[in-house]
Amino acid sequence: MAGERLLPVLPALEALFPAGGLRRGSVVSVAGSTSLALSLLAAASAQGSWCAGVGLPSLGLAAAAELGVVLERFPLVASPGRASGAGGWGWVVAALVDAFDVVLARPPAYVKAADARRLTARTRERGAVLVVTGGGGWPEPAEVQLTVASSMWEGVGQGHGRLRGRRVEVVAGGRGAAARERRMSLWLPHPDGAIAPCTNDETAPCTDGEEVVDERGTHARRVVS
Amino acid sequence: MSGERTLVVWCPDWSVVAAGRCDVPAAVLAAGRVVACSAAARVEGVARGLRRRQAEARCPGLVVVDHDPAADARAFEPVVVAIEAFTPEVEIVRPGVCAMATRGPSRYFGGDDVLTARVAAAVDGALPAGAPVCRVGVADGPFAAERAARKGLVVPPGASAAFLSGFPVSTLSSGPAAEAGSGGLADLLVRLGIRSLGQLAELPTPAVLARFGPDGEVAHRLARGLDERPVAARTPPLDLTVVAELDPPVDRLETAAFVAKSLADRLHESLGVQGLTASRVLVEAEWEHGERLGRRWRLDGDGGRTAGALAERVRWQLDGWMTAGGEAGGRPSGGLTLLRLVPEEVRPDDGRQLGFWGGDRAAAEQVARALARVQGMLGPDAAVIAVPAGGRSPAEQVRLVPWGERPPVDGGPVRPWPGRIPAPSPATVHPVPVPAEVAGARLSVAGGPWSSVVAWAGPWPVDERWWDDAAHRRRVRWQVVTAEGTAHLLSQQADRWEVEATYD
Repeated sequence: MAGERLLPVLPALEALFPAGGLRRGSVVSVAGSTSLALSLLAAASAQGSWCAGVGLPSLGLAAAAELGVVLERFPLVASPGRASGAGGWGWVVAALVDAFDVVLARPPAYVKAADARRLTARTRERGAVLVVTGGGGWPEPAEVQLTVASSMWEGVGQGHGRLRGRRVEVVAGGRGAAARERRMSLWLPHPDGAIAPCTNDETAPCTDGEEVVDERGTHARRVVS
Repeated sequence: MSGERTLVVWCPDWSVVAAGRCDVPAAVLAAGRVVACSAAARVEGVARGLRRRQAEARCPGLVVVDHDPAADARAFEPVVVAIEAFTPEVEIVRPGVCAMATRGPSRYFGGDDVLTARVAAAVDGALPAGAPVCRVGVADGPFAAERAARKGLVVPPGASAAFLSGFPVSTLSSGPAAEAGSGGLADLLVRLGIRSLGQLAELPTPAVLARFGPDGEVAHRLARGLDERPVAARTPPLDLTVVAELDPPVDRLETAAFVAKSLADRLHESLGVQGLTASRVLVEAEWEHGERLGRRWRLDGDGGRTAGALAERVRWQLDGWMTAGGEAGGRPSGGLTLLRLVPEEVRPDDGRQLGFWGGDRAAAEQVARALARVQGMLGPDAAVIAVPAGGRSPAEQVRLVPWGERPPVDGGPVRPWPGRIPAPSPATVHPVPVPAEVAGARLSVAGGPWSSVVAWAGPWPVDERWWDDAAHRRRVRWQVVTAEGTAHLLSQQADRWEVEATYD
């Protein structure tokens, strides 16, 4: 896998990238959704790539597994030091970029532009992919920038049902070939668990309430209604 | 094939002797646990496996020393030199224990008993003053011989199985079979009701092999008093010797150790290509003024047969020659000019490779190195890996294990968890729940602006761990969606609200 220039993404997400996948050596920024950031890792992870998470103490790992990230190949450095020297966030990311195919990182509140440039260069040189999400933001323009503009949950009503699926509007921009803005509607996730493109007139394939969640859930629903 | 008659010399409390503290109550600690203690400390109740604090509580005034395996090996060198007077084929099992085949020497000296007495006298002469006397034992095969040495016995030929039958199966986890997780095997055997080596030996071999795999077979052979090496262990047909010539000669241990490291890597790699692994390696060194020294090391013990373990042993050996050989008259007069590693005994590598889940090994090794760097800088808990676990809330459904540690072997998520929050799981799980306020159909998270709740599901009551007063939690969970399209998992305890997780 190391020789390939492109790491795969899930088929539904290919349209967000001008190259049709994660180009090795590039930086991708994701704003507004941790699930979207995790789902970028899914296809590469399933194909045997090693991914790492840095600075994400609140990452929902059950969700990562559901989205398709292989947890055995997804070590985490949850809380790197704050300082920029050895042991700090930038140092950890640089160390991991050396070895991992994809590094998912949440920058601290403030990242110096010089540090960001250094990490970008390191990522390019080592042929990894750096996905930055949340935190104080990334001072450099990333090659591909994904933003979740809106999201709408399905399956939950006024005191009944449960969260089943979500439709999101993703705006993709960036530099170079990715500069032209693209918009896309996605199921993130689809009520059947997958990530799929979504057409606007599509309605949720399931309605609320009819499915038994579990003993306690049904009991609770009876109390409310 | 019954095991080869073997004599084992066991120097008790070797780490304490090497630290020079056998006359006072002293304990040697590795990773916070006592690995050896002096006789004076043992009288006070100090034992292996205790934590430092426990040991100090039992024995006030205990002298605590950090474990230094290199120093142990260095101090052992004079002992090995003393045993070499009897046979050139001395095998160091680990510092403090060494073995030799008795066939030739015992015929020469007139029997195992005479040889035992002579070896014991020679070794005691080489031990530092105040050290506890060594114990020497003879039996068939090194495993039985080490047991015999601890009791100071000469087991007659062919009686090793009977001698071993009374030992508990946990004996397997401290000898040569400790590699490859036989510690787990011993546990398993005990749980199956097989408590002594005799009981294990009575089982039919095919059944043991089918149920416990190669590790089980090795354990079974040992329990029957056979040689633990399979019959196939042989002198390598290929010349797998690796040599490094050093020009200019090296006097400094660090430089020599560096050469040893790369040599060990090379040997390991060339053996790996053949699908072999070395169980005994001869370390040979040539020195500037023509001296030539050689020593055999067994690679079965705790470190296993990795390149790292081999490099470590070569380093210890060089340390022994270059630093400590002086008193024994063995210190070479010049610098090191040549280092040679000869794999004297090889066997098929039956899956001792590190399991990296079928992934690309080179990539996995790179990853392991990068994470080791991070752990070295930030501590072992800094890099973790998630393993699925059972639980109801999203935070309980995974457990974080420090990278490099074995994940816990309990059931995992297989049991049903009624009341489990159904998929999709939230992508953000707050390590500390965020306080929230709910009023009417409005929600404010962490004192932020109010937003209206457009949809919700629940309440899902949970009454967990009612049997444990401290951990008992009774609460109600809700999923709510705000007007902005954000979904949260809220938990409510009386009138206190918290955001447990966010679906973002």
